[in-house]
Amino acid sequence: MFYREAGDFKTSYAEDNQTFPIKFDRYRYYFVLLVAFGIVPFVVNDYWLNAVLLPFLIYAIAAIGLNLLVGYCGQVSLGTGGFMAVGAYSCYKLMTSFPDVSILIHVVLAGAITAAIGMLFGLPSLRIKGFYLAVATLAAQFFLVWLFNRVPWFYNYSASGQISAPERTVFGVPVTGAETSPWAVYLVCLVFLTISAIIARNLTRGMAGRKWMAIRDMDIAAEIIGVDPLRAKLSAFAVSSFFIGISGALFFAVYLGAVEVGESFGITKSFLVLFMVIIGGLGSIFGSFAGAAFLVLLPVLLKNLLVGSLGWPTDLAAHLELIIIGALIIVFLVAEPHGLAQLWRMAKEKLRLWPFPH
Amino acid sequence: MKTKLMTCLLSALLAGSPALAELTIPLLSFRTGPYAANGIPNADGYSDYFTLINERDGGIGGIKIDMPECETGYSTEKGVECYEATKEGAILYQPVSTGLNYQLIPKAGVDEIPIHSIGHGRTSVANGKVFEWIFNYPTNYWAGASIAVKYLLEENGGSLEGKKISLVYHNSSFGKEPITTMEKLAQKHGFDFSTLAVDHPGQEQKSQWLQIRREKPDYVLLWGWGVMNQVAIQEAANVRFPLENMIGVWWSGSESDVLPAGESSDGYKALAMHAPGSNFDVYKDLKTYVYDRGLAAGNGDQMGTVLYNRGLYSAMLAVEAVKKAQDIHGTSQVTGPMVRDGMEALEITEEKMVGLGFANFAPEIKVTCTNHGGQGLAAVRQWNAETKSWNMLTDFIAPDSDVVDPLIIEDSEAYAAEASIEPRCN
Repeated sequence: MFYREAGDFKTSYAEDNQTFPIKFDRYRYYFVLLVAFGIVPFVVNDYWLNAVLLPFLIYAIAAIGLNLLVGYCGQVSLGTGGFMAVGAYSCYKLMTSFPDVSILIHVVLAGAITAAIGMLFGLPSLRIKGFYLAVATLAAQFFLVWLFNRVPWFYNYSASGQISAPERTVFGVPVTGAETSPWAVYLVCLVFLTISAIIARNLTRGMAGRKWMAIRDMDIAAEIIGVDPLRAKLSAFAVSSFFIGISGALFFAVYLGAVEVGESFGITKSFLVLFMVIIGGLGSIFGSFAGAAFLVLLPVLLKNLLVGSLGWPTDLAAHLELIIIGALIIVFLVAEPHGLAQLWRMAKEKLRLWPFPH
Repeated sequence: MKTKLMTCLLSALLAGSPALAELTIPLLSFRTGPYAANGIPNADGYSDYFTLINERDGGIGGIKIDMPECETGYSTEKGVECYEATKEGAILYQPVSTGLNYQLIPKAGVDEIPIHSIGHGRTSVANGKVFEWIFNYPTNYWAGASIAVKYLLEENGGSLEGKKISLVYHNSSFGKEPITTMEKLAQKHGFDFSTLAVDHPGQEQKSQWLQIRREKPDYVLLWGWGVMNQVAIQEAANVRFPLENMIGVWWSGSESDVLPAGESSDGYKALAMHAPGSNFDVYKDLKTYVYDRGLAAGNGDQMGTVLYNRGLYSAMLAVEAVKKAQDIHGTSQVTGPMVRDGMEALEITEEKMVGLGFANFAPEIKVTCTNHGGQGLAAVRQWNAETKSWNMLTDFIAPDSDVVDPLIIEDSEAYAAEASIEPRCN
């Protein structure tokens, strides 16, 4: 009834080509932005920030990054944790070496460094694909974690091997270190996420994204129609690693403040982000958000329900949480193999016709 | 409507429920995951002691203790979430996780909640001049390393010249802590020191122990936690490393670590910051007021184990600090900053411990403004696989303060410079 394109006339090419061509969609998007930027910063507190919002925002950036690589370009990667570690450690080295430069620039530079490392580890993708590529990127994961554990220069020779973020400010407001206010931290991550999502969305709508999708769908055919696989694959690795590096830098500097590479950026992190992408929906920016939300919110939700509301023992709740989330993942994937994004797409299709389905 | 309802429900659920009781001491436990075998007894002992205080004495100074428990699975990320969920009104945290400690150190001063990392965490917090809100009495990792070496010196007639000592450690901030100290000690006493890292969670140690078999070190120190301990002791037995030449830190010497290896674990040594066993008066009260009333935490099967006693000990130190704080400030309803004052003025004498039912349980402690680390004493104990019990081999030994103290000063001053902290206690 209200969700339809009928009557919504486009008079220019740009209008016709916009991200959200349907009016309702567009307004919903503005509304979400308004709430995220205009309302949430005023009501957010420490708990909401650290338990829900920050992990969601940061994992969403990582999921967008990985989705570009796996969902759009079809290159399976298990190196996400390692690349996040590159982002975190380069951000740390930059923060401590150039204390006067803004943290925002450091985060972007950390992304750029990760992009370079990602391209390096993306080289094998020119020769191998599928499971074999997954194993090659797995090597990146283990190598990078080993490297950051092994070479003391990366953690400035601290006795514990931990890196911890010194206090840095944006426009005079601290965003790393202990004395941060929730709204500032939230806004920094939100700005990064919003910009990442807009860039990613537009990349995938443009020539770069089409090349990636051509490679994903059939690389030989793509080569025949003139897509250079070397450039397409390496650019996918670079852009993907760029976003993952940014998320790693934020994860370390803004969210946790102190990390240990083995614990924070281990193989489980790679799987977590990959699951977000798969559950959310491969090849969909919205899917990255949905997947991150699903895997960040659900454990917190279940924990508060089982322990907080029902008063069950914490260990029982923790075990049940694993079982429930595991079962839900299976149910979701059986019911809808294309992820939450596909469910959303179908809901929209139905809404278009509602309430007159004929 | 439906979405609205869902949003309401979601926000109600996600917001959690802040505790409304009067003295809130949250327990960040890990009863699941690869560290559960060690996390469960510690959490049980910790809860049971507070239950005892609530049941027997009606709380501390007449105010009951509320203990919201939050499961971290020994993950720092979940630990941070737990901290944020429970910090409202909290007066003290004792997280048994070095990784989580590093997260909480900067937050403690901002939230004004003291952190007590009993025998773990960042060693240099022992310097109270720099770390106002963090305590790690009665002892720390660097003292532990020094005590182990002192014990070995004694075993070898005062000289470790030309001996080889290997450290098998958990590849995390916890395991890496003693390395610098050991390197200094190796220089001082002329022994060869080498390190072997074991990655989280520590089930895979074949290559490390093969290397030990090849290099044949005279002694092996173990800095492990959780499932890593059991595997290390089993692997040591498999490569026929004499277990009496292996010394674990106090986190690598509980019953659950040695029992899986059965007979072959006999002779394994570990450091001790307090006595094992259930031969203390406090257990009588625990039985009357807690176990017999069916209030025991967990499955109620951990009594008398080393880590259960560690839990009791942590809780006892917390209760004494709160009592001290109540004395100083003349109010029963103490807050985080008051408890911090109490901790800083804490003095645990043998007399006091006898009164509490902890006779001969642990060495005396005196905390001051500059010294947040206590006296650093620890003893060496040995596992007897036949009787399934630990025997104390030595008295409580003092660490080599010539080596440890300068390191603490150096590390804490580096932190102070990095975080621009003005030294206090002048």
